[in-house]
Amino acid sequence: MARTTHPSRAARTTRTRKATVVGAALAAGALTLSLSGCGAADMTKQASPYAAVGGAKSVTLQLGTWVGTQANVGVAKYILENELGYRVDTVQVDEQPAWDALSQGRVDAILEDWGHPEEVQRYVKEKKTITPGGDLGVIGHIGWFVPKYWADKHPDVTDWKNLNKYADELRTAESGKKGQLLDGSPSYVTNDKALVKNLGLNFDVVFAGSEAAQITQIKQFAKQKKPFLTYWYEPQWLFNEVPMVEVKLPKYTEECAAKGVEDPQSIDCAYPSTPLQKYLNTDFVKSGSDAAEFLKKFKWSKEDQNEVSEMIASDGLSADEAAKRWADKHPDAWKAWLPKKK
Amino acid sequence: MSTATTAPASDTEPKTAAPGGSDATTGKTNPLQALLRHRGLGKILLLALAAAVLVPIVHAQWAGGMWPQALSVDLSEPLGKTSDWIIDNRDSHPLFLYFFGHISNAVVLSVRAVYMLLLALGWTGVTALVTLVAWRVAGWRIAATALLSLLVSGLLGMWVPTMQTLALMIVTVLASVAVGALLGLAAGLSDRTFRMLRPVLDTMQVLPAFAYLLPVVLVFGIGVPAALLATVIYAAPPMARLTALGLRSADTGVLEAVTSLGATGRQRLLTARLPLARKELLLGLNQTIMMALSMVVIASMIGAAGLGDRVYQALASVDVGAALAAAVPIVLLAIVMDRTTAAAGERLGAGSAPGPKWLRGPLAWAGVAVVTAAVAVVGRLSGSMVWPTDWVVAIADPVNDFKDWMVGHLYSGVPVIGGTADWAAAFTTWVLDPLRDGLTALPWWGALLIVAALAWLIGTWRTALTAVLALAAIGVLGVWKPSMNTLSQVLAALVVTLALGFAIGILAAGSKRFEVILRPVLDVMQTMPQFVYLIPVVALFAVGRAPAAAAAIIYALPAVIRIITQGLRQVDPAAMEAAHSLGATRWQTLRQVQLPLARPALLLAVNQGVVLVLAVVIIGGLVGGGALGYDVVTGLATGDLALGLVAGVAIVCLGLMLDRVTQPTERRAAKGA
Repeated sequence: MARTTHPSRAARTTRTRKATVVGAALAAGALTLSLSGCGAADMTKQASPYAAVGGAKSVTLQLGTWVGTQANVGVAKYILENELGYRVDTVQVDEQPAWDALSQGRVDAILEDWGHPEEVQRYVKEKKTITPGGDLGVIGHIGWFVPKYWADKHPDVTDWKNLNKYADELRTAESGKKGQLLDGSPSYVTNDKALVKNLGLNFDVVFAGSEAAQITQIKQFAKQKKPFLTYWYEPQWLFNEVPMVEVKLPKYTEECAAKGVEDPQSIDCAYPSTPLQKYLNTDFVKSGSDAAEFLKKFKWSKEDQNEVSEMIASDGLSADEAAKRWADKHPDAWKAWLPKKK
Repeated sequence: MSTATTAPASDTEPKTAAPGGSDATTGKTNPLQALLRHRGLGKILLLALAAAVLVPIVHAQWAGGMWPQALSVDLSEPLGKTSDWIIDNRDSHPLFLYFFGHISNAVVLSVRAVYMLLLALGWTGVTALVTLVAWRVAGWRIAATALLSLLVSGLLGMWVPTMQTLALMIVTVLASVAVGALLGLAAGLSDRTFRMLRPVLDTMQVLPAFAYLLPVVLVFGIGVPAALLATVIYAAPPMARLTALGLRSADTGVLEAVTSLGATGRQRLLTARLPLARKELLLGLNQTIMMALSMVVIASMIGAAGLGDRVYQALASVDVGAALAAAVPIVLLAIVMDRTTAAAGERLGAGSAPGPKWLRGPLAWAGVAVVTAAVAVVGRLSGSMVWPTDWVVAIADPVNDFKDWMVGHLYSGVPVIGGTADWAAAFTTWVLDPLRDGLTALPWWGALLIVAALAWLIGTWRTALTAVLALAAIGVLGVWKPSMNTLSQVLAALVVTLALGFAIGILAAGSKRFEVILRPVLDVMQTMPQFVYLIPVVALFAVGRAPAAAAAIIYALPAVIRIITQGLRQVDPAAMEAAHSLGATRWQTLRQVQLPLARPALLLAVNQGVVLVLAVVIIGGLVGGGALGYDVVTGLATGDLALGLVAGVAIVCLGLMLDRVTQPTERRAAKGA
């Protein structure tokens, strides 16, 4: 393959190459400009190429990787489409990048936020590109859980002080000689490594790496009635399939939380309960559309959310179908969210 | 070419990889081996001497087995600042307003234009167009496959996502081909550019796509433009490599003749060199398409929509059936595009088009257009532009039932052989744990020495230097421990992949019928998005490193089997005949004639195994693989550029190191040409 070109020829080919490259670059540049018009291109004004085909009014909602958000989005979508005549697009994005997308206007709303103080500071307080949309109505809580069938046999396992006694029973190949504390997706808020260390527990945190993997593993344990200890959160539909009991951790206090903000390695208390929040893109709110007003009013309970979630994750219904069934059953709930007739 | 083919490209895989591999003259292997062994002894002695002098000094300076803190750099602050700067300036800085903004706009507009066109054609029009083009380019068999594939996509209820993916793929492939051809043109015409470009292309391909999803998202935001650009970065290198290869290997005789006729440089390029390189260009197109398609699901993690998004969303609700329904159209698209471009490539040599006479020449293209338009109009008149909703077959439930049944019966307590969970636990305890503990306990200078020795024995001092520097870079980046953990997983998965690959490859090489049965299975394994089998894999093997290894093995196995089968098949029949006539048994022939003669192919199989296993490391992070893969996933999920990018670079370094340790000299020599 090594054919060196004759010197004079080499010079000529170089020239040709340069001409070709420059020409192509110019052509590409010209194409870019002609496609988008000259002048500044606002990066915050770009919707999905698939959105609003045929000039329909459209809203884009963020979808998280957990089923609770599918339930929120499913119901919001159903009502936006059927009652308010919008076309709804959904984008699945992890929690932190979702804030970025919301700020840029790639999505119009996040319906379930579990608390991101840094992002609130940056986007809501400083850049003002995001506007709070009020409570979702659901209280989120993170904790450590064991299956009910196991806790019934060993009631003392529900206190963290007794966990070391059971470390041997909770061993897996992955955790080696220690007990296994199963953690989930990397995008979820967790202090578990610090907790295990600071509470002197003989446990190893095994990260399942995604909620899907974690759920699959929990279901598998439950099928075999094996004991397990897992990081988990409420509200969650899985509780209806695999009843779990929370393990009491040292009480959550403001001081402990403040200490944790300083140094995350020092946390030694339980997780707080968070009223889940909605956030909207500021321009979207300013547009004063029905959709924005509706999304601000959207507020339901943990039971409602779980009802829809379970239809999706356990009965295998599509989010659209589950939302329709819920909406048919609870017309009073969603009618209160509709914007007032102008 | 060493790290080229992560593509799920059925039979084209060995072909791309071949330029280096098959060039090596197999006949010379034995004396060369003897020489190597002799020289190898000297190399080892020299290294031992160096170690004897250096190790005590190093040890006195930095005691302890881990990479010394003093020798590492913390990049989290500068990278964190960079990402903050981008976020704060993205809406106002001219760089974004006048450059990235326009690129982003252009992408959105082009994808939208293609999507609108596909929608305007309706399902009848698109089906007619794709089928006719496949017929025109690749014959009726492939046209039938294309027709069936589109109908299946519709029946699965995936018509609209399929069109979204198709629109994105069309624009992506055009962009990748443009970028790749441009780079390849530069590299093919100038030796210096070629040398400069090669490491860049290597990096583009070994760098896990996950690692650059994050920077791309930072600049472009979530959405189609970011997804498209990430895919182009991944898919353009094969086009660039093959364009360069095609231009560089053009017959000198023809070029001389063209020059003597007084052609200018440009004329020579357009009339001789490019046409001569047609085959390579088409192969490049084929590879680019396959790689772009393999990114469909990953790109959906940053908002690409379409089929990938359906797979990804199904994963979130742990629904294998729904994931499969969206994955099947991806597999079918890949198979149709692969077969069509591959058939077009084969036909270039043959010269004659298949099918009746009226199907040839430019008139045929007009015919294709007319028929498509007619069918589209008929479709529009009959009133259904999008696939009719009542023609949908729901496969999710039966698939989930089957999965549950399978998991229920295989998980544990199968008589005699045990269940999959038991195997996984044993694999973790007896293979992964000792390997990981051993590698982590190994003093860092020891690891460097071992790598130096291996790379030097198999290659030159340059090879050894690159390998050692790559490993050292991991230490400098401060991710030594997770990297050793990842390395242990890669090695363990590689051993299993090779053991299975050799066994199946040898069987396939021995039996044509077995190979024919195997082919569609391998196609599906290569093109099926890994996200689809993650859930069953976790259900079978429990969360941890074992399912990660299993996923890697499933992904890497097909390429290894194919290369081994082809390598064994290509062994000179005369040599086999001779062995037979000397009374050798089949096993003896295999061991003493066939395998040694196929050595280059076998080494290539090892190398590809390494690259492909490494490509799945990150996916492994999603099922409990931990280490570098988990860090990359975390970086993306939490917007932590420093964590994700450093882990990604560490994976590249591991890849580079393993590549150099598994690349024999003769391939390297041929490759450098």
